[in-house]
Amino acid sequence: MTPLIELDHVSRTFATPAGAITAVDAVSLALGQGEAMCLVGESGCGKTTTGRLLTGLLRPTGGRLLYEGKDVWLTKGADLARFRRAVQLVHQDPYASLNPTRTVFQTLSAPLYRHKKASSSRQALGAVNELLKRVDLTPPENFVTKYPHQLSGGQRQRVAIARALTVDPKVIVADEAVSMVDVSIRISLLNLLLALAREFGVTIVLITHDLAVARYFARRGRIGVMYLGRVVELADTEALVTDPAHPYSAALIAAIPEADPDITRSKRRVELRSAEIPSLLSLPPGCTFHPRCPLSEAGLCDVKIPELLPIPGAREVACHVAVRERTGERAAVTA
Amino acid sequence: MPVLSVRGLSIDYITRKGPVHAVRDVSFELEKSETLAIIGESGSGKTTLAVGLIRLSPRGTKVTSGEILYTKSGLTTDVRTLDDEDLREYRWAEAAMVFQAALNSFNPVITIWEQFNDTARAHGMKDHRRVRDRADELLDLVHLDAKRVLPAFPHELSGGMKQRVLIALALMLEPQLVILDEPTTALDILTQRSIIDLLKQLRERLGFSMIFISHDLTIAAELADRMITMYAGRVVEEANVDDMFYRPRHPYSVGLLRAVPRVSGALGSVASIPGSPPDLMRLPKGCSYAPRCPYAIDECRAADPPLVAVDTVRHQAACIRWKHVAEVLGSNAEVPVAEKLA
Repeated sequence: MTPLIELDHVSRTFATPAGAITAVDAVSLALGQGEAMCLVGESGCGKTTTGRLLTGLLRPTGGRLLYEGKDVWLTKGADLARFRRAVQLVHQDPYASLNPTRTVFQTLSAPLYRHKKASSSRQALGAVNELLKRVDLTPPENFVTKYPHQLSGGQRQRVAIARALTVDPKVIVADEAVSMVDVSIRISLLNLLLALAREFGVTIVLITHDLAVARYFARRGRIGVMYLGRVVELADTEALVTDPAHPYSAALIAAIPEADPDITRSKRRVELRSAEIPSLLSLPPGCTFHPRCPLSEAGLCDVKIPELLPIPGAREVACHVAVRERTGERAAVTA
Repeated sequence: MPVLSVRGLSIDYITRKGPVHAVRDVSFELEKSETLAIIGESGSGKTTLAVGLIRLSPRGTKVTSGEILYTKSGLTTDVRTLDDEDLREYRWAEAAMVFQAALNSFNPVITIWEQFNDTARAHGMKDHRRVRDRADELLDLVHLDAKRVLPAFPHELSGGMKQRVLIALALMLEPQLVILDEPTTALDILTQRSIIDLLKQLRERLGFSMIFISHDLTIAAELADRMITMYAGRVVEEANVDDMFYRPRHPYSVGLLRAVPRVSGALGSVASIPGSPPDLMRLPKGCSYAPRCPYAIDECRAADPPLVAVDTVRHQAACIRWKHVAEVLGSNAEVPVAEKLA
């Protein structure tokens, strides 16, 4: 089956006064229809750039972005317009992403007119009401005439999601879409996105630095862990959180504080060899994690870049040691 | 003798439309070497309270009632009655505040060394040599290389390093009390972990008391001895950390705890709290949480419930339905709320 949208060894290099930096390095990621997955990583790992590459807002400097099997950056005219409608981005900050001088109706009706989904204000109002109901802003009459400053953070983010929905997207990339809203209402926003995946078959990629949010959102899907521009592990969510294969994923999961005193105070740490994150301007040779990695082997990890390879349990990991040990395990069992 | 004893503190913001009751009748005590976490959503009054404790509230703020009693060497003073000179002394030497590093907590145009020197000078330390020695010592305490950090400007440091410098600065005059506002917000996971571990070490070594304000329950789970939940300016629950996490009795605490998923262990029944916090200028009659509360009954809307002891004397909740909440949660075992409700 052809994936709906796919990054095929996509890289993106930026020129900076200090030299070229590769924010995303040969990332491959294939997503099916209705899939809800998460990309996680710390700041500077390239997750936001990956989101911008997925939505076609940035042109890759290497590799291909495929939509329904076609290279997006080679398509033109109607095909390209179709891709633009099909793939939408929801931003992190609902305070910045909505025009403060426009009412909810104005914000939501503009793309409807633009894409000829409405030709009269009555039609537009009907469509806007439907959209508001879909994002649980009910009754819609209470919201259509409101300006962003009259809404709470959570309500604004719902309007931002409704705006993405105006063009019936097939893929939504949500970049830290719940980070700026209060803890008490994050889950309901995640549920709203999950319902879009389940009921309308929208593919959703949530980009987050919060592993607990990722675990909840992608509990029936996959999580990709990024480090310095590369995907270092891609696995089913439960497998990843209970048995991380990459030493970096393991370090993150061991370090994350949890909302449970017994669990969080008795966590076993993964000691890293260094707390310093290398600069993208001078990445270490071989595996970029090796200077910090507790499993690093001289002559291997500092020389050879590990590829993202499949290991038992429907997962992929970019680590020489993990691949050797985990595929060895399987060999031992089958023998 | 508690280090800090807050009694019936109320703080208003004066606005053109009338007063906003940001903190309402808050009382609590903080013992020596104890860590208290104050949790709540934005608008719950937690930051207003924290800033009010060192009288750093912005203009247009009015303390309408209450006492902030601070005790040192057996001597108790009300922070509200301090004159400017004494207040200045109290502010950094007795009670130091660590703001969020992500916000503009530094002067961006001076080096870290000058930030140290400024603070020292403001508190009468004029001998450069001594200030320098103290800065070296403090940076060492927070695991930073003084030679590298002191000549740097704030923008040259990472988020984690800035937070460490802020902690070092706060400790300069050996305060008895350190107040931290969202100390790990906006930091990456591994950096968060290192700051939490650092605070644990420092607390053990120096024995200060801590109050931290956070919307993040995970840091409370890590560091707190006691916890306070605030809602609409009021303390709605106060308990030991284990009681709060495993045996909460106020429906708002239950809601908050249930709203945060975990990475380890069962996911349980995670859910958001419906609705949004009330307008502090137009508080609903009765319990201000009642409009969002799944357990509210007519009586809840009649009068604002007082804090009462539940389960034990040291565990208080402002809810007339707390026994019902206990029943709904069932077991008293050390199991998170989301699992109990699953």
